[in-house]
Amino acid sequence: MARRYDSRTTIFSPEGRLFQVEYAMEAISHAGTVLAVLSKEGIAMAAEKKVTGKLLDLSLAPGGEGMGGEGTEAWMGGGGEKIFLLNNNILAGLAGITSDANSLVNFARNSAQRHLFTYDEDIPVEMLVQRLCDMKQGYTQFGGLRPFGVALLYMGWDPIYGFQLYQSDPSGNYSGWKATCIGSNHSSATSLLKQDYKEELTLEEAKSLCLKVMSKTMDSTKLSSEKLEFATMTLHPTSKQPLSKIYKPSELDGLLRDLELGGTEEDAVGAMEGTGGGGGGNVAIST
Amino acid sequence: MECSFGLTGKDYVLLCSDMSAGRSIIRMKSDENKIKTLGPHLAMAYGGEPGDTNNFAEYVERNMRLYHIRNHYPLLPEPASAWIRRTLAESIRSRHPYSVNLLLAGYDTTTTKPHLYWIDYLGTKAVVPYAAHGMGVYVSLSTMDKWWFNDMNKREGVEVLKKCVDEVKKRITINFNFNCILIDKDGIHHINIESEDPISEYEAAQPKDTVVEAPNPPLDVGVTA
Repeated sequence: MARRYDSRTTIFSPEGRLFQVEYAMEAISHAGTVLAVLSKEGIAMAAEKKVTGKLLDLSLAPGGEGMGGEGTEAWMGGGGEKIFLLNNNILAGLAGITSDANSLVNFARNSAQRHLFTYDEDIPVEMLVQRLCDMKQGYTQFGGLRPFGVALLYMGWDPIYGFQLYQSDPSGNYSGWKATCIGSNHSSATSLLKQDYKEELTLEEAKSLCLKVMSKTMDSTKLSSEKLEFATMTLHPTSKQPLSKIYKPSELDGLLRDLELGGTEEDAVGAMEGTGGGGGGNVAIST
Repeated sequence: MECSFGLTGKDYVLLCSDMSAGRSIIRMKSDENKIKTLGPHLAMAYGGEPGDTNNFAEYVERNMRLYHIRNHYPLLPEPASAWIRRTLAESIRSRHPYSVNLLLAGYDTTTTKPHLYWIDYLGTKAVVPYAAHGMGVYVSLSTMDKWWFNDMNKREGVEVLKKCVDEVKKRITINFNFNCILIDKDGIHHINIESEDPISEYEAAQPKDTVVEAPNPPLDVGVTA
């Protein structure tokens, strides 16, 4: 019976539900985990990479060795798969269908530049979140073929509200958080964050909380840059302007070694075991 | 036949404009307010083609208000100036351009810095510590060059402004009445620049008596009692 209402994105079922939207959210809870923690000094975000494997050629791809960096360097490809710079002051972590995500990233960057054109300032974080959510909501009301199968975490800074962390889902809902998580195991990760989050965290503590929760959430015991992307949003020490940093693989491994969560050479080779995008289910498209 | 000037101080900005309205050599009015409040900490003094001026000022006012209602916070001076400049730059390239010059003054509540922008009908924008538009340019700029300095307190700022007004009255054949506001962290207040000692008068008055109503969106509408 329910099947009658399955295929239309914009029609309520007799129980008052939009099945396509719920299925889209279900798709995301199988995607790689993205989690972020807010602190007074800045925000840290970690994301689990699903498409790995030793045959995958990342030498020229964004997210490969030598890519990523701080400030304008962060535009150089970024994390490649999960973490993107949307504007100078906003980084986003995506979970869901990669191709849908790419299209949303493009839309977000376009919106941010349009704001810069008219107002000569970086777009306020919540405004960009609203722009994207307005579009996502449109697919649940006016239709199209299907909604965007993407959830996002946005971390950013603006002069009005300072550091902010938002989450949005395929229905077009968004909300602000101190620490949150999307993707697979998000409910267990959120309860871990709830346990260990403290007000007045320093950025270093936020980074370590982020990676510790990530290590408990992910299947592999030892973390490495092979399976992880990491980024921070802080303020430049002298100019007090937002400074985004997408960690290079080598920097991330260094950080993981410092926190004793992995990041060693042997782990890096052992951990991936050549899953090469063909692993469980549809990881190739859902990351 | 009009004249406006503005100057920034340590933590405030002053805006002053004449109050005449007319055509050619005829004055129809000498009590026209040509300073528009655009937000809790933003105002502009405008002049140019009569009709265009009011229309454009109201257009800006309503757009600033819409931004405030949509986002729950007002547009800061810097992005507001960019938006106004962009609007005029698009206007001059249209079939019916606005012929409006303005001085935009604002107080940035996030950085606690005053801002003053000189904007003309061509879509030129200059960030300036002090500025003038209209007839007053010929006499007040040199006055401000001589007397303005960095981080002036309110008394010093108002005294410089008063020197400009006096100079205009002395050197320019037309007789102007002046209207003046001060924007600081507490919002927009009226200053009686024509009096002997404006700043003492301002300091002695109750803040509520000098306050200039800023267009705050009615966020507290609804049944309260």
